[in-house]
Amino acid sequence: MTKTVTDVICPFCGTLCDDVECVVSDDGKQLLEVYNACVIGTEKFLHSQAKDRVTRPRLRQDDGSWKEISYDEAVEYSAQMLAKAKKPMLFGWSSTNCEAQSVGNEIAEISKACCDNTAATCHGTTLIAVQDIGLPSCTLGEVKNRADRIIFWGCNPAHAHPRHMSRYSIFPRGFFTGKGQMSRKMIVVDPRPTDTAKMADVHLQVEQGRDYELLDALRVAFKGEWLPDVVAGVPAEKIREAADMMKSGRFGIIFFGMGVTQSLSKNHNIDAAIAVTKDLNEYTKFSIMPMRGHYNVTGSGEVFAWQFGFPFSVDLTRGFARYNPGDTSTIDLLIRGELDAMFTIGSDPGAHFPISAVKPIANMPSVCVDPHLTPTSGVSKLHVPVAFNGVEVGGNCYRMDNVPIDCRKVVEPPEGMLTDEQFLIKVRDRLKQLKGVA
Amino acid sequence: MSEYIIKNGHVFDPVQGIKGDKKDIAIKDGKIADKVSSAAKVIDAAGKTVMAGAVEIHAHIAGPKVNLGRIYRPEDKLFSCTPTKGMERMGGGASIPTTFKTGYEYAKMGYTTAMEAAMPPLFSRHVHEEIRDTPIIDEAAFPVFGNNWFVLEYLKNQEIENTAAYCAWLLKATKGYAIKVVNPGGTEAWGWGLNCLTVNDPVPYFDITPAEIIRGLIEANEYLGLPHSMHIHPNNLGNPGCYETTLDTLKLAEGYKAKNKFGREQVLHLTHTQFHSYGGTNWGDFESKAKEVTDYVNANKNITIDTGNVTLDETTTMTADGPFEHHLTGLNHLKWANVDVELETAAGVVPYIYSPNISVCAIQWAIGLEIPLLMKDPMRCYITTDHPNAGPFTRYPRVIKWLMSAKARETQINAFKHKDKVLSQTAIGTMDREISLYELAQMTRAGPAKSLGLSGMCGGLAPGMDADVAVYNFNPEKPVANPDDIEKAFSRCAAVFKSGVQVVSNGDIVSNGNKRTLWVNVKVKDNPQVTRDIKEKFIKYYSMTQNNYEALGHHFIPNPYALEVDAT
Repeated sequence: MTKTVTDVICPFCGTLCDDVECVVSDDGKQLLEVYNACVIGTEKFLHSQAKDRVTRPRLRQDDGSWKEISYDEAVEYSAQMLAKAKKPMLFGWSSTNCEAQSVGNEIAEISKACCDNTAATCHGTTLIAVQDIGLPSCTLGEVKNRADRIIFWGCNPAHAHPRHMSRYSIFPRGFFTGKGQMSRKMIVVDPRPTDTAKMADVHLQVEQGRDYELLDALRVAFKGEWLPDVVAGVPAEKIREAADMMKSGRFGIIFFGMGVTQSLSKNHNIDAAIAVTKDLNEYTKFSIMPMRGHYNVTGSGEVFAWQFGFPFSVDLTRGFARYNPGDTSTIDLLIRGELDAMFTIGSDPGAHFPISAVKPIANMPSVCVDPHLTPTSGVSKLHVPVAFNGVEVGGNCYRMDNVPIDCRKVVEPPEGMLTDEQFLIKVRDRLKQLKGVA
Repeated sequence: MSEYIIKNGHVFDPVQGIKGDKKDIAIKDGKIADKVSSAAKVIDAAGKTVMAGAVEIHAHIAGPKVNLGRIYRPEDKLFSCTPTKGMERMGGGASIPTTFKTGYEYAKMGYTTAMEAAMPPLFSRHVHEEIRDTPIIDEAAFPVFGNNWFVLEYLKNQEIENTAAYCAWLLKATKGYAIKVVNPGGTEAWGWGLNCLTVNDPVPYFDITPAEIIRGLIEANEYLGLPHSMHIHPNNLGNPGCYETTLDTLKLAEGYKAKNKFGREQVLHLTHTQFHSYGGTNWGDFESKAKEVTDYVNANKNITIDTGNVTLDETTTMTADGPFEHHLTGLNHLKWANVDVELETAAGVVPYIYSPNISVCAIQWAIGLEIPLLMKDPMRCYITTDHPNAGPFTRYPRVIKWLMSAKARETQINAFKHKDKVLSQTAIGTMDREISLYELAQMTRAGPAKSLGLSGMCGGLAPGMDADVAVYNFNPEKPVANPDDIEKAFSRCAAVFKSGVQVVSNGDIVSNGNKRTLWVNVKVKDNPQVTRDIKEKFIKYYSMTQNNYEALGHHFIPNPYALEVDAT
């Protein structure tokens, strides 16, 4: 006999779908089938069942080979590394639960480390813009129930957040949006004709890197002022058409992704996009929301904020929290050679950082806590595999709209494996001994 | 558990009517005791003031909008960071301190219980995570109901029993404490960019008025017999002339009597009264209507209020009154954050600088002080700053100074740029009342505890109550040489005990205590209609499933304390 676990939360992207169903074997040890999740989510669940999964920590030897070690030895290596380091970095946190993040923050405080999450390479620019100008936003259920104007700017949910449009933004029939897709107008701004753009009522094919100009042009168009014939590669008539469409809605929202946050102008693009949203609130109701990537990158920002006061790139080396992205952000610290130990968890900087920032990781004491084999585990000195968060252990996570959802445990992890939180607690306790703190 | 005896202090305890007599306070097993053994540790309080731990009835200290404030205001951390020290975790933030700093700061001032005043139900798990990380003080959170679709739909048909059953369900699902109402109907209207500015403005689509929501929720509250009353932030906050809406709101409570087993006597708690006591028609003829509002409250015993004192600081306003924050950003042009929450509520955040050089801010300051000075019964008027809206809670000692010393008020009035305007638009210059220490204990301890239905537990020093005790370096027998000494004495306690554990010694944190999360567990009759409605709304309109909605488990609420209510 098999059992079905319902209301499972998918630990993949910021959409944080919580209606997944998993079929598990009677003894609760094997995950057999996944329903309702997208292909990426399904793969994430099923990957935990891989037969060739690494289940014990491995330490890199002088000859380059891996040697399997016990968790206790891995704890000792990690604690010693953090105790000795002058400026360690605890990076990642976006693919683990808030309880583990909380313990990690204690470790950072004891070892006077820098701590940072993946926002540093993703929506950190959004957070900087929010600190400049604010953020009129809403929860995804508001979009489902009220929104009749949906703008996707520099994002491609058809591929990156596959269930976003069906659960929240385009297709659902909500309280005031009984006709579903028919009651909504969709605008996509993207230099590429993506699969999302193909669905749009209006596709503004902006010239690459010219988003700021287009956003400013929209603000001009709202006021009915003069525009050049073409702005950012988009004809003025088309801009006015989009502007009128936005203004004439009852409730609209701009979803934006890395196409604007990490292209030319970065946070200034988001400044302008938020200004557009503020302007629209003079005519109707409008919101804006970043399409957060990792399923709990939002949660990491929240935990950092209530414990240290800042959402990412926090530097505790002086004994109190400082925040200065560009100075205290991971890539910059790595490239400048300021770090002397790297502790990575719930993220893969090896695959996403520039090579000039990855090389230093390979040349310093480093730990990678990750259930998978990744480029980061490949360059780190110690790889600590752990239970899959959201599959083999529960814990709180935050959706892209900051709504907290408590993940569920679906199956047992392979025997003897620790979770992120359990491993971190051991490291913390050993570190306290080494540092002589109560 | 250790025993303590606090000897020879001047005790102020309204619960027992003790007005500064020298008395020993014994602590045993976490409670105030009649006597303790000779092994008890002696705390010498000679020449000091001893009161119960203070009770915060309304502050925004945990949850999504507080954290949004932290995230989007790095500047609030400038010069306000505190390093790791002994058992204190590092902290930061002036108007929106981090959770650890929040707990320590309250404890150091002698506060041992605090209420988070607005919990969006959908975000209850976030609120509880932050409460968990706020050390020492007991906390509870009020879920907001005044714009909730279930409530609007039930009350449109005057279905009190269904409303009550829904409230009971939501209190349990969110581990909430009381029925909070913020800009009833207006925040739902904000879903469309609109607002309700009087108690008779109809709510778009739902076709119900704020007055009907307020009355219905008072009735539901008394039907259930909850420890606290309906706790309201009325419509039309912060606008010149808003006192009329405030009086209209208060009049809705006429004829209702409190029904509960917790000793609570009011049916309506009006919060941050200062923001609701404005006269005039614009910012030029803006004036105080504190007298009109307090006259009404003085005459109607079924109402309690808190003040919402402006402290003349740079701060961060945050409220579930979404349309107000949009209005405010239009006034001061500072950054605006907003979160609309599906089916339930909304919230906004805008920084604000209460400058002593701006006449409106100075008048607001005066109104905040006029209210407690005009209130005849200090058991029905509590000191708050609506933290962080009118000022950070860390300024309570300064507010106490202004209330206890007419000289301190005069000094401040003389420092205002528009002193004449303050004197012509308010009556603060004519008031010579000085709040006594006994009245202070009523306004910060016994009063709020009674209003919250916690009078058997905290806010007093009678044997059997929780041993929450604060010892201040303030000698009531000596005349006050300088009003600033009052502020200094109430800023840092000589000693604080929380449930019998000494948490502060000479102004330093010595223990992280045994913090509890209070919530209200109401038993109601099985109500199939409400059960079905909840299920249907989750399937059709919420963006998460019903089974994932409840705040449940050790990682959210490690040390719960449920007040049981039987409404079957």
